[in-house]
Parts: sequence; C-alpha cells; structure tokens
Amino acid sequence: MGEVIVITSGKGGVGKTTTTANLGTGLASLGKKVVLVDTDIGLRNLDVVMGLENRIVYDLIDVVEGRCRLKQALIKDKRLENLYLLPANQTRDKTAVSRQQMIDLTSQLREEFEFVLIDCPAGIEMGFKNAIAGAEKALVVTTPEVAAVRDADRIIGLLEAAEMEPPRLIINRLRPEMVRKGDMMDIEDMLEILAIDLIGVVPEDQYIVISTNRGEPAILDKHSRAGQAYRNISRRLLGEEIPFINWEAGSFMSRIKKLMGLG
Amino acid sequence: MLEFLLRFFGRDTASSKKVAKERLRLVLVHDRAGVSPHLLESLKNDLIKVISEYLDIDTDGLEVSLTHENDAVALVANIPVLRVKRTFKSIQEPAFKV
Repeated sequence: MGEVIVITSGKGGVGKTTTTANLGTGLASLGKKVVLVDTDIGLRNLDVVMGLENRIVYDLIDVVEGRCRLKQALIKDKRLENLYLLPANQTRDKTAVSRQQMIDLTSQLREEFEFVLIDCPAGIEMGFKNAIAGAEKALVVTTPEVAAVRDADRIIGLLEAAEMEPPRLIINRLRPEMVRKGDMMDIEDMLEILAIDLIGVVPEDQYIVISTNRGEPAILDKHSRAGQAYRNISRRLLGEEIPFINWEAGSFMSRIKKLMGLG
Repeated sequence: MLEFLLRFFGRDTASSKKVAKERLRLVLVHDRAGVSPHLLESLKNDLIKVISEYLDIDTDGLEVSLTHENDAVALVANIPVLRVKRTFKSIQEPAFKV
C-alpha cells in the first residue's frame, strides 16, 4: 500500500506544480514507483512541466466517469521507467469530480504505486477539498512573502480540521542574499509563525525557469541549487535524516565582509 | 541617495523583513480568530469559570473581543461585577493565628 501525499499552498504561483514534478522525479530516481496526479481540473499544468503534454489521450475525468480504464489514462514518463502522470482535464471545472470519486481513485492508485503525489489547485474551495480527500499526508509550499505565508497558515488550519497528519513545510524561492540584508523573512521567522515542521528549503534558482522551458524537472540537473534541495526533500520523504543546507550562511567572502562590519 | 548611504554604512532603516513579520503576525491574529469562531466563545467560557471563583459576575453582560489599535492586538473583556466574594480571603489565610 502506497502513501498518498498532497502538495498544497493556498496561494497560487508559489511552486506547487514545480515541487510535485521535482519530488515525483526525485522519488522515482530513488527507485520508487510513483504516480503524479494533477487535480487542477480546467487549468492543467503538470503535463507541461513534465514535458508530457503531447502524450495525453485520456485524463482524470475520463477515469472517474468510466470512459477508460485507469491504466489507459496513465502516461509513462519520458526519462524514468517507474514514473507516471495522471493528467487533469482541460475542458471541465472543479465540480466535475466529487470527494468520494477522489477517495476511490487514490485508493486504486495506492495499490499500484508506492507514492501517489497530488498536485492541488490554488484556493480553499472544491478543488482543494477534492485534492486532499484521499490523502493522508500533506506538504505545504510557501514563499517568504506575507501573502503566501498568510495563505499557508489558512491551509494548515484546514488540514488540521480535516484531521490529516501534521503537514510539513517547504519554503520555496528563498533568496539568501536578501535574507542576509534583512530584506526577506528567514526560515526561523516562518517556522515560528506557522509552527509546523520543515521538510526543506528551496533557494531561488534561474535553472527552474530553464528546466520548465524544456519540460525537464530541475532535480535531474546536478548543477541546479534547487535540484539539490529537491533531492534532499525526496530522501527525507523516504525517512532519511538529511541535514539542512544552510542557504542563509552565505559565501566565504560575504561572511568575511560581515565580520569586518561591511556586510 | 540618503537611503543608499544609510545602507552603505550599515545603519539600515527598519529592515523590510521586520515589517513583513510584524504585518504577518497581526493579520494572522485576525485570520485565526475568524477561522475558529469557537475560539472566542471557548475563551469566554473559561474566563467565566476562573473569574467566578473570585467574583460574582453578570455572565449575560460579559463581552470578549479582539481589537486592533496602534499596530497592536488586544484582548478586551468587559465583565460586569455583581459582588466580590467574601469567602475568598479566608481560604487564603488561616482564620486564627496561633
């Protein structure tokens, strides 16, 4: 029986889909059998981030409405043998699927896969409620901004009310140089406010844009800082104790400058 | 230019991180109280329980709310007192000193 993990944030544009694509790819490259489920009905994106947009025949709605078998709708990843995508429908809306249908779908998927990662739509309405319906674990993605942290707080409250396991936090797009200048909230600030466990910090990385342009998750690139962070989070999902990279400490030169009172 | 100089000499005018954190803290006080309307009700009931040990209060006239003034959040409780309990002092101190 596999684990069902929902990746959520409340606010849009903080990196849920990128996180789902990278962690799925990370877990699959560690040998796990993984399926990614895009529940953003009407605004499907995960297929494009994974570079699989040309292979879609059937989607999630076709499966729940019985127009195809689950296996027919699963798209095999280009790069990894044991990674699959169940894409969202692009012509319907969030009301096209019910909570019970999502619970049934995820329980079918968890028999086949070790990890079922659910990419949740932004917002707290129907789409969110459906996305969390069949999941027992949640990862909350936020960025170091007031609006994103506020929405994350709201989402954490709703996840607690739904009696799920305590969610874990991913801080995305941290800019270490801005944190050092005191112009961006640091990790400790956000953990203090949200009072949940941290599972990883992903630094801002131009490579994410490049890899998304190409449809190849950044985690596959050895040189990407964000990729390194996602590799660590993938291992932590498997229960490994991986020390956190201190993105805030800065380079050797910036620490010297700080010592001299110039930083 | 002045801002640049202040920054250059490390005398940063209030860092924007601190501003962000403070704004967030305030906004969450209201969000969280709003998310659980039971919070204030439950707090009110507990207040009645504790205060009733010391004072007789008018529980119907009791009002509890969060207010937002001068960048600070305060808990305001308006509690009409009917009478002070006479028995309290005798519990604290022995009635007779030997």
